[in-house]
Amino acid sequence: MSENAARIRAVLKDHARLNRDAETLDDDSDLYQAGMTSHASVNVMLALEGEFDIEFPDHMLKRSVFESVGAIAAAIGELTEGR
Amino acid sequence: MTTLSAIKTGPLLARTAAIATDVAACHAADVDAKSRFPQETFDALRQARLLSAAVPATHGGAGAGMLELGTQCAALAQGCGSSGMVLAMHHIQVACIARHAQGSAFFERYLRENLVERQELVASITSENGTFGDTRSSVCAVAIDGDRMSLEKDATTVSYGQHADAQLVTCRRTADAAASDQVLVLFEKGNYTLAQTGNWDTLGMRGTCSPGAKFSGHGTTAQILPGSFADSSAQTMVPYSHILWSALWSGIAADALGRAAAFVRAGARKNPGSVPPNAVQLARAQVELQAMRHNWESCAIAFDEMTAEDDQAAREALGTMGWALKMNQLKMACSEMAPKLCHEALQIIGIMGYKNDSPFSVGRHYRDVLSAALMVSNGRIAAKSASMLLVFKDD
Ligand SMILES: Cc1cc2nc3c(=O)[nH]c(=O)nc-3n(C[C@H](O)[C@H](O)[C@H](O)COP(=O)(O)OP(=O)(O)OC[C@H]3O[C@@H](n4cnc5c(N)ncnc54)[C@H](O)[C@@H]3O)c2cc1C
Repeated sequence: MSENAARIRAVLKDHARLNRDAETLDDDSDLYQAGMTSHASVNVMLALEGEFDIEFPDHMLKRSVFESVGAIAAAIGELTEGR
Repeated sequence: MTTLSAIKTGPLLARTAAIATDVAACHAADVDAKSRFPQETFDALRQARLLSAAVPATHGGAGAGMLELGTQCAALAQGCGSSGMVLAMHHIQVACIARHAQGSAFFERYLRENLVERQELVASITSENGTFGDTRSSVCAVAIDGDRMSLEKDATTVSYGQHADAQLVTCRRTADAAASDQVLVLFEKGNYTLAQTGNWDTLGMRGTCSPGAKFSGHGTTAQILPGSFADSSAQTMVPYSHILWSALWSGIAADALGRAAAFVRAGARKNPGSVPPNAVQLARAQVELQAMRHNWESCAIAFDEMTAEDDQAAREALGTMGWALKMNQLKMACSEMAPKLCHEALQIIGIMGYKNDSPFSVGRHYRDVLSAALMVSNGRIAAKSASMLLVFKDD
């Protein structure tokens, strides 16, 4: 889980266009309040799909799933469970 | 949920349709020529207590759902496009307040006293110099000092700002918030100034009276709508805008084609026994009008079904990409179809449609719907859809 969190932070650093360093974010920091626009969030989704070799099903494509490092890690955990 | 047939025979539509024919249509040409606010129409709507159609019944309003509001806006737009647009915009603001007030005492009172009892009209300021038409970002920020707040905004386009009783304004949550971390703030008349910057001398929608304006307002923090604009935008402002706009554009197109149909019938009466060639053009145009109507109606029904139980799951569903794409596709389809249908109506009627002083004139209709693709630019909407389709699977 914490290894995933590090990989998620790296993706955020490259694609979320945050107004602060992704490494300094808490797991529950609000990414939208940190400046992630909905346009940037699509790039984050694409990069996460590539990084973790997953596909987010449509029902997960909503704001709350991508609102924090913790929320993203939970979604990825669900999709990679039993791998 | 009210069915379409119940809506079609209900009092809300009947009273609005009467105002559309008896008042709005009579003044539409003058409103357009002088680029003035359709005051007579709004006096009549206020008197008939139709401005609170979107206020929930729990707060004394008619509690009309999306399908009923769309039908109402379309009916009014058949008489006067600008009037239909102003009514739609008012309903959008009212819906944002009603659906996101979250038990706030200030907004509960506002819904009952201002919107229902006094039938007040609410305008919207989302546009801003420096954000280039992107409603989901703001430059200005609300300044908070204890329980007092103030806001200044340099807006590019404010419809009926001078004729409204209140302004619902987007801005950043705090001075150090990100551009997309926004809230909606309501300012009542007397607590703001709106200094017009420039004119509203446009091709169409001239009665919406929408020049640029420098806004400056103050009040208490209770006037900040609870939650974030990210949610009220996705769950309310976008669906209400795109569905009600599509509805009223279909109303304008229906009136243009209605004039074409009257012209065709008049011709046919002179020569019974043969079907005139423009009747075939009319038949084809009706195919598109039906598709356009069904498009917005089905989105309205979907919205009413989704919000019947207005729980967390319903709100989340309105925040999904699937729903956002549906709204974008509806807006693009109807905003592009309305000018095409006005163009068809003009081809069917010919010179009598081109003359401004003819009963078959469709010039105002055509000019009015040319705004559809621009008000929230279709280029911008298509770019957003394109980006969502990179991850959306339609599974
Ligand atoms: C009748 C009418 C009434 C209005 N009433 C109000 C009101 O009451 N309150 C209010 O706040 N605003 C109002 N507006 C303004 C509206 O909300 C928009 O701000 C405005 O129409 C957009 O202006 P724009 O063309 O400069 O915007 P932009 O969206 O910046 O578009 C400019 C150009 O850039 C292109 N473009 C933009 N983004 C992209 C992209 N990502 N990809 C490709 N191309 C792109 C567009 O296609 C377009 O050609 C109204 C507008 C109209 C027409």
